[in-house]
Amino acid sequence: MIGMMLVVEIDGCRAAIPALEVNSVIDLASITPVPRAAPHVAGLAALRSRPLTVIDCRASLGIAPHEAAPAVCRAVVVEHEGHLYALMVDAANDIVSLLAEAEPLGADPGPGWRDMAVGRVETEAGALILLDVASLIEGHDLGAAA
Amino acid sequence: MDDLLTEFVAETREMLGALSSEVVAWEADPADRARLDTIFRFVHTVKGNCGFFDFPRLEALSHAAEDALADVRAGRRSANRRLVDAVLAVLDRIGAMIEDIERGQDHSEGGDEALIAALAVGAAEIETVAPAPVEAATINAAAPTAEQRTIRLPVELIDQVMSGVSEMVLARNDLSRRMQSMGGDTGLEAPFSRLSALLSEVRDAITRTRMRRIDGLFATFPRLVRDLSAELGKQVFIELENGEVELDREMIELIRDPLLHIIRNAVDHGIERPADRRAAGKREAGMLTVSARQSGNTIHIGIMDDGRGIDVDRLSAKAVAAGLRSAEQIASMSREQKIELIFEPGLTTAEAVTAISGRGVGMDVVRANIEKFGGTLEIESSPGEGTRFLIRVPLTLSILPSITVEAGGQTFALPRSYVEEIVSAAGGALEFAQVGERRFVSFRGRRIACVSLSETFGFVGAVEEPSLFVILRLGWGDLYALAVDRIFDHQELVIKPLSPGIMQSGLFVGCTQLDDGTPVLVLDVAAIGYGAGVPRELHRPDTATMTVPAVEREELRVVLLRGVDGERRAIAMKAVEQVERVAATAVRRPGADAQVVLGEDILPLAGIAAGTPLPDRITVLRLCDGDSRIAYAALEILEIAALSGGLARVESRPDLAGIALIEGEAFEVIDCHALFARHAYLVTGVGLSCRLEGDDGWMQNFLGPIIEAAGYRIVSGGQPADIAFITSEHPGAQPTAVPENTRRAIRLTDHPGPAGQDGIYRYDRAALMAALLRAGEELAA
Repeated sequence: MIGMMLVVEIDGCRAAIPALEVNSVIDLASITPVPRAAPHVAGLAALRSRPLTVIDCRASLGIAPHEAAPAVCRAVVVEHEGHLYALMVDAANDIVSLLAEAEPLGADPGPGWRDMAVGRVETEAGALILLDVASLIEGHDLGAAA
Repeated sequence: MDDLLTEFVAETREMLGALSSEVVAWEADPADRARLDTIFRFVHTVKGNCGFFDFPRLEALSHAAEDALADVRAGRRSANRRLVDAVLAVLDRIGAMIEDIERGQDHSEGGDEALIAALAVGAAEIETVAPAPVEAATINAAAPTAEQRTIRLPVELIDQVMSGVSEMVLARNDLSRRMQSMGGDTGLEAPFSRLSALLSEVRDAITRTRMRRIDGLFATFPRLVRDLSAELGKQVFIELENGEVELDREMIELIRDPLLHIIRNAVDHGIERPADRRAAGKREAGMLTVSARQSGNTIHIGIMDDGRGIDVDRLSAKAVAAGLRSAEQIASMSREQKIELIFEPGLTTAEAVTAISGRGVGMDVVRANIEKFGGTLEIESSPGEGTRFLIRVPLTLSILPSITVEAGGQTFALPRSYVEEIVSAAGGALEFAQVGERRFVSFRGRRIACVSLSETFGFVGAVEEPSLFVILRLGWGDLYALAVDRIFDHQELVIKPLSPGIMQSGLFVGCTQLDDGTPVLVLDVAAIGYGAGVPRELHRPDTATMTVPAVEREELRVVLLRGVDGERRAIAMKAVEQVERVAATAVRRPGADAQVVLGEDILPLAGIAAGTPLPDRITVLRLCDGDSRIAYAALEILEIAALSGGLARVESRPDLAGIALIEGEAFEVIDCHALFARHAYLVTGVGLSCRLEGDDGWMQNFLGPIIEAAGYRIVSGGQPADIAFITSEHPGAQPTAVPENTRRAIRLTDHPGPAGQDGIYRYDRAALMAALLRAGEELAA
């Protein structure tokens, strides 16, 4: 699983998403809220003519939302089971190379992160938690956390 | 190599699909050489293709079938049921193998030898007494499908083009906004509008590529019915009418299961065993008709059987037993209401749950699945005569005529097909009733439940007293009023699927984008209504409500005019063919009925009451109903407007369709129907006779027909007449003389020029007509 990793930052923590899974990185200007959706579904946006389901990664990870929502949100666009998703992150800038294969997490990264991570990777940018896109999209399982 | 294999799989599968109705037709008439040839060609092709690939079992099977069929073709043996069954079994096996090949698996089961043995001559002749054969015929099977020039495209590619075109539309809208903001003359308007028109054409064309003929789906039914009825020991004759219907390919996939389910039910429960049918005095073979028709933007699919009909008593008993209804409730229900019980969850009428139907999936699920994509399912049944299902589905899933509404500051779209009417409480015209926490609004004499969109979505600070309602008609005519904050617009929207995370709330069917690219959620109005507790009323739409189907009412374009009496009127623009100004002298008003000379025609003139003074010149609208023409008099044309609101009917004025409010002013809307009924068949020259003097043949041959066409009666020489046509050369005629036995004379001359002493130039038709009118007027005076 040697490859490139996109480094994202959520709530001050840096994490990795496999670059192969990433469609693009965009800035979302406006999000159409979706009533009655799960809390981590921030709403809808459009990437050209395709609808994007916007996932608030902070909510998926069980992190409190920003006190003041930023005007423009950085988002990582991924395709999952035929649908496009925009994963809202605080920053996504670097693509780095993997130095070694992913390893188990080892120590518990804390609630929230625990359910969303598949392992730990060593990269050029240091050790990063490897996020599982499918889990982020599915959201924080409140039942398991309780 | 992989491409070749994919091609082979796709081609074989397509041929198999096309073949299944041919096989059944062949069985019904084994002597049918054309069918035999088709099937032979198929197995031959498969055998040939196997040569390219290493599929020994497939090759052996198709080879055996080919041999057997070749014998039949050569007349060495005859086709009987045994052979047909064996060939069918081979075809099925080929289909299964093709599936395996596509999945990259090895062929699962063996047993090919048995199939091949069944094809052998000996086997075929052991049993010649076949069970009752299933008759089958399809209307379109009579002419084997002609081969079309086609190419195979991956669906993804079409989707990609489609979304590319959608993006181009967005880009065009953006461009158009920018051009508007630059104001006035950019010099780009003409090329832009050309680009815009081209884009619309491309979009239409690409939308059509998503359409598929419905016969592809229907072609699988004869085989299904054949197998089912054979299994059940019944005889079923299936008739297909595809009506050349084309449907969105996604829609075809969506209706497949509901259709199969209904057909299975019809064969299993509907159609009786041959003995029972005989006892009931019917033909032994049951008849199942599946038809498709296009009606506007809707496809109607009917499934009709001539079986025993729905046993409402047993259905009712089951409903009582299941605790769905009390015996008292049942007693007060009509037959139609009882039939509706079939859509109750947890009811199945079959005594024994058979392998074919009644395996838990009830009609409730079938209906829910059809309603999910904006369709409806209706059922009618007469005891002993059969059952009829009617499925209505929208033509396409991808482009949905919608209206956009606002609730809680957010825009939503909803399918226009559900919208019955939009009503506003602003004028105080609506009557409300509060029952507990539920508000009801009176609409057409019924109290219908209000559902607030803001409350459904849990928006805080929802408007306490909603005043704007969209009246929605759900599947079976259940009405409810959806309260919204604002209503924006009618739009044709391209619907895209939503991710499962958003779909799980069940409140949306998809999303779409407005012209500026903003995503908008499309509401699942049925789920919202039923979710908010709108009852599924068990009543069939009665005739009163049937007359107002939820069809979109097109905006009526009207021409606004000021009548000769000064009144403001509106007339449907479609009816107006031409507008011209004429001198008042062209109008003839002998009594209550006026006529006008327009060019070469004399038309009945409406819009003038007897005795109204006319100005020197008037405006005349030439109206046409597609067949006959009449004229309508006006002082002036005001403008062209759209008639969107309702009409207030005026009881005392049957000549008006009603009063409409257009831009704040009241206009009388002319009832074109009444107008044409009143005037169109009034023939202008009624009652007047003409005599054509002169024996040169010109009068009879040239003039006669047009005079007659204008409604005058032609009398022959010497007989008394009202008007005589004479030529200036008429022997002994004085310029002012009137021939014997006639009251007026019109003199014709063959010298071109203005009408004068010599008479009217005989080819000046307008002047001729005017003279005729004048004469008639003088006679009437």
